Amino acid sequence: MDVTFQTVMSQLMLGLNNGAFYAVLSLGLAVIFGLLNIINFAHGALYMLGAFVALLGYTELGPLLGMPEFHLNYWAALIVAPLVVGGIGIILERTMLRRLYRVDHLYGLLLTFGVALIFQGIFTNYFNVSGTPYDGKPELLNGVVNLGFMMFPTYRLWSIVVSLTICFGTWFMIERTRLGSYLRAGTENPHLVQAFGINVPLMVTLTYGYGVGLAAFAGVVAAPIYSVSPVMGAEMIITVFAVVVIGGMGSIMGAIVTGLALGMVEGLTKVIYPPASSTVIFFMMVLVLLVKPAGLFGKEQ
Amino acid sequence: MHDTGANVLLSLSGVNSFYGESHILHDINLSVREGELVTLLGRNGAGKTTILKSIMGLVGRRSGSITVAGRETCHLPTHRIARLGIGYCPEERGIFSSLNVEENLLLPPMVKDGGMTLAEIYDMFPNLLERRNSVGTRLSGGEQQMLAMARILRTGARLLLLDEITEGLAPVIVQALGRLTGQLKEKGFTIILVEQNFRFAAEVADRHYIIENGRVVEMIDRKDVETSAAVFNRHLGV
Repeated sequence: MDVTFQTVMSQLMLGLNNGAFYAVLSLGLAVIFGLLNIINFAHGALYMLGAFVALLGYTELGPLLGMPEFHLNYWAALIVAPLVVGGIGIILERTMLRRLYRVDHLYGLLLTFGVALIFQGIFTNYFNVSGTPYDGKPELLNGVVNLGFMMFPTYRLWSIVVSLTICFGTWFMIERTRLGSYLRAGTENPHLVQAFGINVPLMVTLTYGYGVGLAAFAGVVAAPIYSVSPVMGAEMIITVFAVVVIGGMGSIMGAIVTGLALGMVEGLTKVIYPPASSTVIFFMMVLVLLVKPAGLFGKEQ
Repeated sequence: MHDTGANVLLSLSGVNSFYGESHILHDINLSVREGELVTLLGRNGAGKTTILKSIMGLVGRRSGSITVAGRETCHLPTHRIARLGIGYCPEERGIFSSLNVEENLLLPPMVKDGGMTLAEIYDMFPNLLERRNSVGTRLSGGEQQMLAMARILRTGARLLLLDEITEGLAPVIVQALGRLTGQLKEKGFTIILVEQNFRFAAEVADRHYIIENGRVVEMIDRKDVETSAAVFNRHLGV
């Protein structure tokens, strides 16, 4: 087997890139699970929706408005898609999820799984399952950068940087700010936080909106790399759930670090033993659960 | 009667509360005037804590009328009730383990003007200043109780609901809490104190309500405490 420094590094960087997506997605899941106690199976579908907002905004929105020359550009999509999908999330929470907080986790999981299937079904009806390329990648992010040890596509480097910024920004907001202390306290004892005069139901709604907005953001960032497909979320979500389980349910830092690390483990496996690269995360999950059932960063309850 | 007069701050009339199918409180009538310190006494499970939770809207379902400063609150969500100027110190203290001492202290938002400043609070509770960067739940039981009380003094709430603040604490801490409660009353706070420790309650309170099986069975004024030993014994003795 010919393992050179070059191949290892390039797989590590590509792994870090995938890991950055895992991190943003599992971070959203962790935030939602912490405060809402909902295992949000719709997360993958909302990630897919985010990518479609970017795609359709670029190709269809102009003609629809009677301005064929108009394209919703990439930078605008980075803001619009999270807002649109966050809004959908808020409607979901207000009309459906809200009724499930008092009952077992399983109901939330089933509901969100059903919602995911509906979104996925609708899009499968109208769009190519094998993917539609997104052409809105900005000129600025074309080309490659010389990292010293390898040439790396600029866009992929950008996607790593922007994902990490979002992750650590979110971590900072939750762990170091006043708003974050409401969230942390609300995760522990929502009734008492509400008895202090904080509108906890509103906070829960906005948190869900933020969590799924993160998924949509990841969808937009992913659109130029992977082609936009109705099943892109379904493929991603299984791995992301493994990441969340390994990191520990509800742990913010756990989600980020585990996401990045497992992306790189996956990349390394592609060099060492390629056939295992799609299953290595699940082997890791089994191992971690045997040794630490609450996950690497989770607290035993 | 105590439920008339302009300076009634809190009044419950005909309040019934339920957890699921169980009917916990039956037709509760009580009222507290501004600046008064009133206790709710009674055995375990009598419904004292549920009365406080009903005031805060933390029970499953309630009916009747609960007014705060003349405002009907029975239909309001919990956070709106708190904003009328109520500070709630729960029985289990409710110190957050994911927050340090200072974050715990700063958590409750201001509900009214005129709350104590952080400096005044640290002045009153020097232990908390010393340990302000520790995790909230690493404090001793007494310190956690101080923290649970201190954090509602910052918010400007004028009506304090204190649930079993002396429970499980050493006598010296109980004495300190007694002095603190006295100070708060002098500062003009209106206080409802749920207590098992009758001696503690008798020292500080203006009036006592005795609760039994989810009902108010007696109301005893401070001046009648001496002569009511038989009543207290009947309802509170073991």
